[in-house]
Amino acid sequence: MSNNRVTRRQFLNYTLTGVGGFMAAGVLMPMLRFAIDPALQVKAEGDFVQTSTKIADITEEPIKVDFTFEQVDAWYKSDVTEAAWVYKDGDRIIALSPVCKHLGCTVNWNGDSAHPNQFFCACHAGRYEKTGKNIPGTPPLGPLDEYEVSEKDGFLMLGKKIANTLV
Amino acid sequence: MLNKIYDWVDERLDITPIWRDIADHEVPEHVNPAHHFSAFVYCFGGLTFFVTVIQILSGMFLTMYYVPDVENAWKSVYYLQNEVAFGEIVRGMHHWGASLVIVMMFLHTLRVFFTGSYKKPRELNWIVGVLIFCVMLGLGFTGYLLPWDMKALFATKVGLEIAGSVPFLGDLIKILLAGDAEIIGAQTLTRFFAIHVFFLPAALFALLAAHFIMIRRQGISGPL
Repeated sequence: MSNNRVTRRQFLNYTLTGVGGFMAAGVLMPMLRFAIDPALQVKAEGDFVQTSTKIADITEEPIKVDFTFEQVDAWYKSDVTEAAWVYKDGDRIIALSPVCKHLGCTVNWNGDSAHPNQFFCACHAGRYEKTGKNIPGTPPLGPLDEYEVSEKDGFLMLGKKIANTLV
Repeated sequence: MLNKIYDWVDERLDITPIWRDIADHEVPEHVNPAHHFSAFVYCFGGLTFFVTVIQILSGMFLTMYYVPDVENAWKSVYYLQNEVAFGEIVRGMHHWGASLVIVMMFLHTLRVFFTGSYKKPRELNWIVGVLIFCVMLGLGFTGYLLPWDMKALFATKVGLEIAGSVPFLGDLIKILLAGDAEIIGAQTLTRFFAIHVFFLPAALFALLAAHFIMIRRQGISGPL
C-alpha cells in the first residue's frame, strides 16, 4: 500500500463528494432548468395583424395607426393594442414603431412645437427625423424600429418589428 | 484554488471551529448502520430533514410561476406543469415529497418512541418534535388547496368543517382560516397561500433550529 498515492481517506472523500454531488445535481438541475425556461422558450411570431386603416387614406404625413392583437402571456391571454406611425414615401408605405430607442417611452409626430416635422419623445426630449433616424445630440442611440407592411383588401396590415431599413 | 480562498478567509475570521461544531461529531456505534444494520432506523430523522430541504427548494421554484388567485391559480399550475421544462418534475417533487415528509416523520417518531428516547432529559425535544409534526400537517393541509382544482376545493371544505367543529371557538377558527363565513374562495386561497409559504415555514425553521440545537446539546440517546 505504500506506493499507493491515493489514501483510503482520500478515496472515501472523493467517493462521498462524487455521490453527494450527483444527488445534489439530480435535485437542483430540474429546478434550475425550470427557472430559466423563459429565456429558452421558442416563441412563434410574425403573423401580420389587420388594421382598420385604408391604404388609400395614408398620406405623406405620419398618422398614428392603432392595431390590436391577441397576446399570449403564459396562462394569460388578452387583447393588446399597440400603435405605429404610418406614412407614404412615394409609393412605399413606412410604418415606424413609436417606442423610443432611448428608454422605451412613446414618441409623437410633431410632439414638440419647437422642432416641427420630427418625432419627439417627451421623457428626455429625444428627437428623430421622419425616417426614424435619431438626431445626434439627443438621448436616443439608434433609429426607430420599423414594422413589416402588407396589404389586404385595401387595408393596411402590420407584421413583425424589424430594424430600421431607411437609415 | 478553493483551498487558498478558504485559508484566506479562515486566517481572518477563524471559521474552522464554526463548521467543526456543526459537522464534526461522534456517531456512536449503536446508531451506525455499518456496525449494526438495524441501526438504519436512526436515519429517519435525517431523511425527514433531507426531504424537507427538497420541499423548501422545489416550493421556492414553484412560486416563480404560481399565482394565488381564483382566476389564475389552476391555469398557472397547468401552465407550469405542461408548458415549462421540467415543470412536471419540479411539481412532482413537491407533490410526492409532501407525502414522503409525513411518512418519514412518522417513522422517526416511532423510532424515538420505541427506543424510549423521549425520556428524561429529552422531554423538551419530544415536545418540539410534536409541534413540528403539527406544523408539517398544517403545511400539507394548506398546500392541498393551492392548485385550486375540485379535489383541493372539497378537501378544504371538509378540513374547514372539521376546524369549525371545535367547541366554542370553531366558528371563529373557520372564519379566520377561510376569510369568509360562507365562501371558500378568493380570500381562502390567499390566506392559505400566505400561511403555506410564509407563516408555517417560519415556524418550522424556528422549531427545527430548536430541535437540532437540543439534540446536539444532549447527544443521541444511548443503546437499548
